[in-house]
Amino acid sequence: MRQFWYFFKNGIVGENPVLRLMIGICSVLAVSVKVENCLAMGAAVIFVLTCSSMVISSMRKIIPNQVRIPIFIVVISTFTTIVDLVMKAYLPPLSKAMGIFIPLIVVNCIIMARAEAFASKRPILPSIADALGMGVGYTLVITAIGVVRELFGYGSLLSVRIFPENYQNMMFMILPPGAFLLIGVYIGLLNHFSRRKSK
Amino acid sequence: MNTGLFDIFKIVISAAFIENILLARYIGLCPYIGMSTNIANSIGMGMAVAFVMVLSSIVTWTLWNYIFVPLHLEYLRIMAFILVIAVLVQLVEVLLKKNVPNLYRAMGIYLPLITTNCAILAVTFLGVDYNYNLLQVVVYSISVAFGFTIAMILLAGIREKLRYAKVPSFYKGYPMAFIVTSLLAIAFIGFKGLVK
Repeated sequence: MRQFWYFFKNGIVGENPVLRLMIGICSVLAVSVKVENCLAMGAAVIFVLTCSSMVISSMRKIIPNQVRIPIFIVVISTFTTIVDLVMKAYLPPLSKAMGIFIPLIVVNCIIMARAEAFASKRPILPSIADALGMGVGYTLVITAIGVVRELFGYGSLLSVRIFPENYQNMMFMILPPGAFLLIGVYIGLLNHFSRRKSK
Repeated sequence: MNTGLFDIFKIVISAAFIENILLARYIGLCPYIGMSTNIANSIGMGMAVAFVMVLSSIVTWTLWNYIFVPLHLEYLRIMAFILVIAVLVQLVEVLLKKNVPNLYRAMGIYLPLITTNCAILAVTFLGVDYNYNLLQVVVYSISVAFGFTIAMILLAGIREKLRYAKVPSFYKGYPMAFIVTSLLAIAFIGFKGLVK
């Protein structure tokens, strides 16, 4: 159980996939215009990541080493297809808002990287812990970016108005430059604080 | 669908500049941030991306229109396209190694990275979603790759100069690259409204 928490926390702080390992950035920037999109994207990534880690880790002894990458791809794309179809059926507005980024979960480097580096070498329980940790770490970062972008870009949070009516929306935050700037600032701040802590 | 010269021109401008895949659509950022440390690398990566992008969008377009749609297998799209791309990349790698060793040396190391490059998969999806015909798909993928390469070269050029700039130590490297990208993206917003 201790080990479980260790791997779980590792994904959130120590090796946060977005801010530390620099993977899976595309969807973070594209979807984080509104907080509700961020939460949905986070849930989708956690689902795909956990299920595929579970399957890959349980099959790790049968998968031949030479063809492991195509097999990972098939497993990951199966779960991505499930998410894509479910979202299209039950949450059509959300699925429309995220557009091409739901099918693109399949090439989200986080999932492939965790399958290759972790799930294909360890037993099921640590793999699940790692996948959950990575997924939650991803969701936290994407939500942190989404909160700032929605607050300043639309003056609201989760579609609830926060700023007064006459607040002029800051277009910069909704457009791509705002996203790039925010993630740059976040990575820099994380570097700063973690360096100060280690001193 | 009528494919006049003007339509082709519109596709080129909007794919390469207005909807630049990196700076306006946020697709394919991993190699963009990771590989753009110098100009030579960026050109190599851009070439490799262009090559695979054009090939894979032709193959997936053909498969989609002649196999998937007639057989009503649309729900298999994600899995089929990503597998086609993975197989194609492997094939290209083997063929280049054997037949064109010079080209392989120039872009060989970038090829394996391309399988999980979201830009390739995104272009194959978008080409199908926009209902383009074959000629338009080819033009579209070439211009997307062109826009990708331009954005990479721009960032690489700035990063080469940034090495001599005084940047706070915790902003060195990736954070600064993102902030520069943000400025580049502002510049690319200027292209909006160029083509109606």
